[in-house]
Amino acid sequence: MKYIFDRLRWPDGLRRLWHRMGSPRWFYETTGPWVPWLAAAAALLIGVGTVWGLAYAPPDYLQGDSFRIIYIHVPAAYLAQAGYILMAICGVVLLVWRMKLADMVMATVAPIGAAFTFLALATGSIWGKPTWGTYWIWDARITSVLILLFLYLGIMGLRRAIERPEAAGRACAILAIVGVINIPIIKYSVDWWMTLHQPATFSVTSAPAMPPIMWLPLLLNVLGFNLLFAVSVIQGTRTEVLLRERRTRWVTDLCRQERA
Amino acid sequence: MPWGSKRKSSRMHPKRKQRLLVIGVLVGGVGLTTALVLNALNENINLFYPPDQIVAGMAPVDQRIRAGGVVVEGSVFRETGSMMVSFLISDLDGSEVPVTFEGILPNLFGEGQGIVANGRLGADGVFVASEVLAKHDENYMPAELAAMRGRKPPMGNEVDSGSNGYSAGG
Repeated sequence: MKYIFDRLRWPDGLRRLWHRMGSPRWFYETTGPWVPWLAAAAALLIGVGTVWGLAYAPPDYLQGDSFRIIYIHVPAAYLAQAGYILMAICGVVLLVWRMKLADMVMATVAPIGAAFTFLALATGSIWGKPTWGTYWIWDARITSVLILLFLYLGIMGLRRAIERPEAAGRACAILAIVGVINIPIIKYSVDWWMTLHQPATFSVTSAPAMPPIMWLPLLLNVLGFNLLFAVSVIQGTRTEVLLRERRTRWVTDLCRQERA
Repeated sequence: MPWGSKRKSSRMHPKRKQRLLVIGVLVGGVGLTTALVLNALNENINLFYPPDQIVAGMAPVDQRIRAGGVVVEGSVFRETGSMMVSFLISDLDGSEVPVTFEGILPNLFGEGQGIVANGRLGADGVFVASEVLAKHDENYMPAELAAMRGRKPPMGNEVDSGSNGYSAGG
């Protein structure tokens, strides 16, 4: 272990990029032009994917039209987990490198991730009634996703409960990092235990259990939801940057420029 | 110039290395604890008892439990004049449990489909269900493709997909 650590070296170019990335001002100025493009691409992908999925994809032989909620449920559930992992990575960066920008991203991701988690639970519940016969069941998959929602809400609450921003950020980082253990539990809950929720339809190693005419619109929606998530996090972080750096010279100058 | 030379690269700050190590130990410790707890609770996290456990007498008698399995082909009997249904659930491995249920079955209920029933196991080995939920698998396909593969939707639950439904392919 010590051997590996002693040989951990950074190439200097990467190191400089890393430090520049840590600058909130650099982030604000670089990402500004991205926002409209990302938003437009997200709207296009989600628009096409959703209309295709809801109106043109064939109904499932067993579930009929009710399976179409998959086009919202799967992207939402995937981003609920990806968002949490992003938050945990930001937590590590904050604790190890004390990078302020990581804390700003973490603060932004929490409500967005919570929204996607809620969407996954709500669409799953609506889907459950016509297929399973119940809106809710305490099986391992559904319960672990509910815990994910509580983790997000807990991190949001913790930030507001601690007055000093640095202390709040560190406390949230620790909770985010520890909570990441829930992610493999969510993923493998349907394989480890007997659940009402079916196992995964898509995996990296095998062909999807669905013909292309059904998964293509889903692919568009997954890409679109990714961009929607990205643009929400970027825009939210930009707001957070301005808010926290409001007393710095570059922000006051920016405000003066805007006003003029 | 070699990879590790002073000018082109620099070592990770020892303080940061230490913090990273602490985080690693923290995650490892909490992960191990969670794994042990989940392992200890394993039986309770399962939503239902499969048929082989019920047949082997591992499920408690006359307590509210859930039983899950696949409805055996040709085993569904409906009593005339009442909502009473009886059927067998199997684990497709030889173990079968008889289930009785009075009430409305979910749309996806059918022979060859997975179900999860909530109810009590009688001393006679018959599971008296008060609620039946349908399980579905991870496979999705249009009706035409399902017909080609010989998959049928459960009885009385035809999917309308234009001119040729699932019955067209036989």
